[in-house]
Amino acid sequence: MSEHTTDKRVREASRRRFLQAGAALAGGSAIAGVGGSTALAEQGNNLPPNVPAWMKAPGDPMGSQPYGTPSEHEKGVVKNISKALPQYISASGRTPLQELDGIITPNGLFYERHHGGVPTIDPAEHRLMLHGMVDRPLVFTMEDIRRFPSQSRIHFLECSGNPVYTKPYGKTASDLVGLLSCAEWTGVPLKTVLDEAGLQAGAKWIVAEGADAAALTRSIPIEKCLDDAMLVYSQNGERLRPQQGYPLRLLLPGFEGNMNVKWLRRLKVVAEPAYSREETSKYTDPMPDGTSREFTFYMEAKSIITRPSGGQKLTTHGFHEITGIAWSGHGKIKSVEISLDEGKSWQQAELQEPVLTRALTRFRLPWHWDGTPAVIQSRAIDETGYVQPTLAELVAVRGLNSFYHNNAIWPWRIDANGEVTNGQA
Amino acid sequence: MHGVAVHAEERYGIGREATPAEIAGWNIDIGRDGTALPPGSGSVERGRIVFSEQCAACHGDSGQGGVGDRLVGGQGTLASPKPIRTVGSYWPYASTLFDYIRRAMPQNAPQSLSNEDVYAVSAYILSLNGIVPANAVLDAKSLAAVKMPNRDGFVSDPRPDVHNR
Repeated sequence: MSEHTTDKRVREASRRRFLQAGAALAGGSAIAGVGGSTALAEQGNNLPPNVPAWMKAPGDPMGSQPYGTPSEHEKGVVKNISKALPQYISASGRTPLQELDGIITPNGLFYERHHGGVPTIDPAEHRLMLHGMVDRPLVFTMEDIRRFPSQSRIHFLECSGNPVYTKPYGKTASDLVGLLSCAEWTGVPLKTVLDEAGLQAGAKWIVAEGADAAALTRSIPIEKCLDDAMLVYSQNGERLRPQQGYPLRLLLPGFEGNMNVKWLRRLKVVAEPAYSREETSKYTDPMPDGTSREFTFYMEAKSIITRPSGGQKLTTHGFHEITGIAWSGHGKIKSVEISLDEGKSWQQAELQEPVLTRALTRFRLPWHWDGTPAVIQSRAIDETGYVQPTLAELVAVRGLNSFYHNNAIWPWRIDANGEVTNGQA
Repeated sequence: MHGVAVHAEERYGIGREATPAEIAGWNIDIGRDGTALPPGSGSVERGRIVFSEQCAACHGDSGQGGVGDRLVGGQGTLASPKPIRTVGSYWPYASTLFDYIRRAMPQNAPQSLSNEDVYAVSAYILSLNGIVPANAVLDAKSLAAVKMPNRDGFVSDPRPDVHNR
């Protein structure tokens, strides 16, 4: 038998198995997501005591997926992209936080926000120019950038409009705070590259510009540039995805996402900020008195319970683990507290190691659900002592026009049927 | 010899010098005081034509908004429950208008307008907001001199601003 014939037979067997698997129901989960399995099929041919079909023939051959993709049964775990956006060139897509475990966001599910679409950039023709108040204005190729001593660090990235202050807040954790992801980033400390050019006296800010159609521009204080800012070329081990700034982006741990300029092509060292469109008319926070805050860079401490969370359903009484994520732009998460009684009392959640600075921190609390309605919520406390506020506390200070930097506590309501819904909606 | 260890405080000698011509081609950002605004000028009248051809499809015939941002009106609404944030009501610097139109607009063909047309469209949007007269012609000097209504409306970040413990 020729190799070609063998391959064909294997493919046929794979196809048959796939059809069978699709017809059978997978085992039930105590927490079902939207569209998840709703009934157990204990009589299924693939369930005990029967030997499942996928053990009775070889699986897919090596090489059927040169770049792997998730299981067919996970095809619902995709970015959350609104079907009602006015246009998709300047738009965002959200991470399905409620479907993920741990603290690392898979690259394909990392949230996106673009202002002029996603450019297709040939790395051989990409350049980073560093000029302005420096001793030596420089141009770097991507090969040059990769020659510098490298560093890998785990940090979250979050859009400052995550979420808005007014209804509708959305149904799921992703609807609410899905403009948030976390990755291991690899690149060069920005300080290393600035030292190469030599900063001049009076240098206070750096204007960063992207090579996208928006030529997006933001100004970054020099202190941040010399602290933990990075020029990043890889994310979770592989080169950046085009949606995340391939081949080069800026990473400013703990600062609002928009400043982490993607497709970075230029850094201009200056004495005062650019006052670009993004940092005057867009990423500024309107206050009730008509003034607006400018240069509101830090993302303050925040947390969200992802399981159980909106859109899910507790299908059984008894033991459930409450879990979620917490983060702070100001450093490490010190503790996370969880309330099971509408905020009347709070108890300590367990923090999953590693607890890293300006990274997502996973928290957990064992819980026995007795079937009565409950409102559950989490609040994060960071190493500066800052406590995540309630929405009411936040709105009392900032009003409802303050579009950005909403880091309020978010409750989930669980009804007697186990349905989980947004506690503020 | 297999190379020499490099100490952190030394330079690596990576990258090449950026020439003045290279810098000039990419150095397109304009300061809030109008620094680096290019030569040329544009009239409100010319801006009306360019706007109708290049901008109105997204921003509306008179800048009232559509799939693109609303550009006109809203002055005096920032302290109300329904603030309307436009170029006229919100943007603190007119120079930023030139910078943004030149670098990012029109969305389907950014950096395609001449400097003269960018001055003209800037003038037209400012005139729609009543900030410059309908017969205005703007250049580097006059655009930089425009005082926007909300110039003094921005304050520094006082956070942490919620003290709950």
